[in-house]
Amino acid sequence: MKTEGYSCGEHYDEMFDSTGQIRPHYLEFANFLKKASSKKMHQLQFSANKTQKAMGMTFNVYHDNQGLEKILHLDIIPRIIPNSEWRKLEAGLKQRVHALNLFLQDIYNEQNIIKDGIVPADLILGSKDYLKPCIGLTPPKGIWCHITGTDLVKDKDGEYYILEDNLRCPSGVSYMLESREIIKRAYPQLFNDEGVMPVSDYPTKLLKMLRFLSDKPKPVVGVLTPGIYNSAYFEHSYLALQMGVELVTGMDLTVKDKKVYMQTTKGLEQIDVLYRRIDDSFLDPLTFNPDSMLGIPGIFEAYKEGNIAFANAPGTGVADDKAVYAYVPRIIKYYLDEEPILNNVPTYLCREEKDRQYVLDNIESLVVKETDAAGGYGMLIGPKAGPEEHEKFRKLIRENPKHYIAQPTLSLSTVPCLTEEGIEGRHVDLRPYILYGDEIEVIPGSLTRVALKKGSLVVNSSQGGGSKDTWVLYK
Amino acid sequence: MLSRVANHIYWLGRYLERAENYARFIDVNFNLMQDLPMDLKEQWQPLVAATGDLELYKQKHESFDRSEVMHFLAFDLDNPNSMISAVTRARENARIIRENLSKETWEKINELYYMLQEGCEKKMWKKEDPRKFFENVKNQILLIYGLADATVARTEGWLFRQLGQMLERADKTSRILDVKYHILLPSHMEVGTPLDFLHWTALLKSVTGFNTYRRLYGTIDPSGVVEFLVLNKYFPRSIYYCLKEAEKYLHLISENITGGFKNSAEKSMGELKSRLEFSEVNDIISTGLHEYLDALQLKINHISDLIDSNFFRLKENVIVKS
Repeated sequence: MKTEGYSCGEHYDEMFDSTGQIRPHYLEFANFLKKASSKKMHQLQFSANKTQKAMGMTFNVYHDNQGLEKILHLDIIPRIIPNSEWRKLEAGLKQRVHALNLFLQDIYNEQNIIKDGIVPADLILGSKDYLKPCIGLTPPKGIWCHITGTDLVKDKDGEYYILEDNLRCPSGVSYMLESREIIKRAYPQLFNDEGVMPVSDYPTKLLKMLRFLSDKPKPVVGVLTPGIYNSAYFEHSYLALQMGVELVTGMDLTVKDKKVYMQTTKGLEQIDVLYRRIDDSFLDPLTFNPDSMLGIPGIFEAYKEGNIAFANAPGTGVADDKAVYAYVPRIIKYYLDEEPILNNVPTYLCREEKDRQYVLDNIESLVVKETDAAGGYGMLIGPKAGPEEHEKFRKLIRENPKHYIAQPTLSLSTVPCLTEEGIEGRHVDLRPYILYGDEIEVIPGSLTRVALKKGSLVVNSSQGGGSKDTWVLYK
Repeated sequence: MLSRVANHIYWLGRYLERAENYARFIDVNFNLMQDLPMDLKEQWQPLVAATGDLELYKQKHESFDRSEVMHFLAFDLDNPNSMISAVTRARENARIIRENLSKETWEKINELYYMLQEGCEKKMWKKEDPRKFFENVKNQILLIYGLADATVARTEGWLFRQLGQMLERADKTSRILDVKYHILLPSHMEVGTPLDFLHWTALLKSVTGFNTYRRLYGTIDPSGVVEFLVLNKYFPRSIYYCLKEAEKYLHLISENITGGFKNSAEKSMGELKSRLEFSEVNDIISTGLHEYLDALQLKINHISDLIDSNFFRLKENVIVKS
């Protein structure tokens, strides 16, 4: 299939360099593409779509008709990352997760980083994600963020930048795993020739990590889901199936004598570790949100008693606040005495007067984000928005400056995608997954999200994003 | 196993069996109608009556037109027992407990769902001969059974699905038999005529029991067919056989190795099964077939309620693991 006429524009393209030459790590794939007809590629795409539908790889969309299942489009052209590039990413992510974990332990206990004036007290203590009930607590094995799904993008300069740390309940890993199975079927020979690092052992690693959290020889592990209407329900049941553990809802659990039990056909069976996919504030109506219908009354007491482990630990949200984000390079330096390996995006904190004025003056060229929103909601992309929207956000910022940060617009890198018009570049981001158990491990693969609309920079699945299989090469 | 999961698996078993039986109902009635004389053609009311949803049907329709009945029984989401409702609920139950199903089983159930959706879009009930569609649905469900049979571990999940399936099948066989009660014959004089014979044959075919019956009983006569479908000890769709199996699964669930009963569901089930075990066909005929079947259906519903309260509701005892 032809790639002549492929235009990278001013962006960094993962397959072609600025002179149109194919980058070395894409040579094998380019060879395959050259030999494959356009019809063949579209056939591969068609069967991939069909497989996804048969598998029921669906997600539900918020703010949409309830119960509507959608399929996350999987583009069959892979995003390929050479090994050298991956090694650096891996080291940077380990460093970052390590530091953030120390940060969480500190701010819920000694608070040295605040006393030393590195991070402002009100930013942490005043955050709605700073959970008072967690003060003085050390989670089992001292780990707070067991599963992290960091979002990165590559700017014009070809360098990765961290966008968000996602320390709460990052989703999408099931798409990484299932997409790989589908894409392997599409390119059986190419997989042999390329040398792609496997991701399929993720559930095994996840289970090992979860078991590590309990001191029992054979701990009972479960995945806690809000239920079938949650947008990531497919993933919850998928992970439970792959790990061979129970998928439980709040309704299935009950607390007795500060121990957590599952309701089974034979009676109450104790459960020791929960990979929980419900938000902190819904976990326990007695400790947090009293209106929570999903939670389990008394489970937080059981947690304090050490009778149940949660992954991730409650309270991690405070560290992936978009304002705290700006301090992460300083956090790394403070705890590890190392220079950050990965770049932060320069971030303007509207809480600080100088930064705020800059944001108000330059809003047309900035991306403005709410500090505590996720999923691409509550966001302004300056260059893509009109004057009314600029004004609307100026007003929002003036009214509530602490709620907003701004960043320069990054130009997300592009990867070739199969479209009706042939092969065209689309913008992507990258979400690798990091597990923290007896050691920190970065899974050699990622969820690559694609903005399917030409020129679009929004990759969120809820807003027209698709995905790509991500190949990390052995060499 | 989690009570909630057991509940969903049980209903998955029931809904799949229900959908399969509806496919059989429609297919057989279609065949039968082709053989009837002109003035008795197109009797679709008995079918609706046998499913127990006659009232609902009458609220929605004025006549018993073939395509209307077919739509009501197969594609009407307002009818909670229609094939599409059963398949949708089966899939919903499967989706909720997907982690307990093999990947292949889930995918086949998912395919079945899209099959029904497609049938709906193509307005199958308006087609001149939709039998191929119903056959495909039936085969898809049988494929799911086969897959499960060959791949699913015989742990609690399996037992609850089988239990649901067997109870549902017992109920549906009783309803198929009841169709005969509702079908009109021109007069009493017609009993034992070729027309009567056609009805009984169709009935046996609907449960894939025609050849087996022939081999076991020879001639087609009402009491033989009733005995075959209610009391036969070997035929896997006879009511007795289904109840015997269901009881076996209940015992396996409660690890009852001594017989008798360990809970109220087993007690009720055991009583009903024994009653059939020691009945003769004349006992049924003298009660009246329709009345007998009616009572049986109520009893099965009662057992289903007992299963619910024994296994799917909260228990207070703590399991101590060794």
